[in-house]
Amino acid sequence: MSQTETRAEDLLIHRRSGPRIVNAIIAVIAIIVVAVAVQVFIGTGRIRWDIVWTYMWSPALFNGVGTTLMLTGVSLAGSIVLGTILAAMLISNNAVLKLIASSYIWFFRGTPLLVQIVFWFNLGLFLPTIELPWTSINTNLLITPTTAALLGLLLNVSAFMCEVIRGGLISVDKGQTEAALSIGMTPVQALLQIVLPQAVRVILPTAGNLAIDLLKTTSLVYVIGTREIMGSTQSIAAQTFYVIEMLVVASLWYLILVTVATLLQAQLEKRLARSQGAGPVQIGKVI
Amino acid sequence: MHNPSPADRSFPDGIVRIRNLRKSFNEHEVLKGIDLNVRKGEAAFIIGASGSGKSTLLRCVNSLETYQAGELWVEDYLVGAERSGNRWVEARASTTARRRSQIGMVFQRFNLFPNMTALENVISGLVMVQKMPKAQARERGMDLLAKVGLAERAGSYPSQLSGGQQQRVAIARAIAANPAVILFDEPTSALDPELVGEVLSVMRELIKEGMTMLIVTHEISFAEEVGDSVYFIDKGVVAEHGSPQQVIRQPSHPRTIEFLARIR
Repeated sequence: MSQTETRAEDLLIHRRSGPRIVNAIIAVIAIIVVAVAVQVFIGTGRIRWDIVWTYMWSPALFNGVGTTLMLTGVSLAGSIVLGTILAAMLISNNAVLKLIASSYIWFFRGTPLLVQIVFWFNLGLFLPTIELPWTSINTNLLITPTTAALLGLLLNVSAFMCEVIRGGLISVDKGQTEAALSIGMTPVQALLQIVLPQAVRVILPTAGNLAIDLLKTTSLVYVIGTREIMGSTQSIAAQTFYVIEMLVVASLWYLILVTVATLLQAQLEKRLARSQGAGPVQIGKVI
Repeated sequence: MHNPSPADRSFPDGIVRIRNLRKSFNEHEVLKGIDLNVRKGEAAFIIGASGSGKSTLLRCVNSLETYQAGELWVEDYLVGAERSGNRWVEARASTTARRRSQIGMVFQRFNLFPNMTALENVISGLVMVQKMPKAQARERGMDLLAKVGLAERAGSYPSQLSGGQQQRVAIARAIAANPAVILFDEPTSALDPELVGEVLSVMRELIKEGMTMLIVTHEISFAEEVGDSVYFIDKGVVAEHGSPQQVIRQPSHPRTIEFLARIR
């Protein structure tokens, strides 16, 4: 008995201190690198933090934040509608609808968003009036920096949203549709009542990422003079020459918005998982 | 579509009557002229090797697959078609849906709705299709769950149930609307061996109650024990059919003999 005990003591594995020392050294080096970088940019760099703080909470910036949120919200909502329609066209059996939807996606994903935004803003150059059978519209009255921005963002993000929604729909096992049909549902009922609720759990995380991406992408529309966060800070910078300060203000606002949006997304996913029973484990099963 | 003659229905008492049914996927013909008849209260078994077309045949009965030629009648209607004056025209989606609610189907992979509890799965058709009041549907749902021995698991989600339990819930869902016939597509093939028995005993109960059933399975001894008739399908045709006694005990067709020898 005592013999086994001694042997057990012999078997005790002692930790080597080498790896821990190496780890500590790497950590120290990393801290030094970061500290130097911070020192260079913030310490010796000439950023007027008081200016940053003042403009951060100025009415012009609040307006800009409002415009950014509006652009994001409206184009997101619009893209969910248009994206669902495009996804339905893609998975339909109608060859013409399929071709139209896939051409749309090909075009709007294949050209840069910046080009699209500038194009919509200059629509009036080659299309002075939009002629419809019952009326004609002056393009220059219709296209303002805001409407052009909305148009560009909405049409572009719809192409991506369509792919996200389609991916969600096809991730649901075909057996689910068959089971729904077998209890007497029509194909449309099966899609809306059985497949879509399951697809949402796959769609939501990706769509959330797309929304957060969109929030930042709205900054592109400052090139056509839209006064969202980027546009507001740039016009202030042009008047005051606080170029870097204004970029810092814009960055801080985007960070705040993205952080809030990320928290909201996590909450939404959690709630969805709870309302659907057994939690995220099921998603894997459905796929 | 095709041109069936309603006068020539030589199995007047059949719930499912199939004459010379043909079905191809693209160029490949899977069903090459099937004849089959299921009478009211009959438990008909379809056996045969994988790829012989037996699942496809079953799926044709409730229009999950379409067929190209021949006749497929369920009760008084021609599957996939409806009357328009004196002609048969392709059935509308709503007609097909209404007919499907009168045909129960049990799938190999259960296909329970993962976001619904066992009870909600069972009453999904009653509530969402038949528009039965919730309270009444729940009561019927609990009766059905009790019948398959799962009353105490009513609130469980499919992911919390074993395969055998899931399939029993699926059977309860399939019989919820009092269908005229239930189709079983290899109901025990996806189950661990020790879970097969509980599903078979639920099916045995249904057969005792006189439910009309069309069953595709590899459980030969179950078919022999409880079947009223057995169809052996080989390469898209019925090679042999008759009572279990004839087809399983004393098969006459060489392909049947070979198949049974292989599977036992």
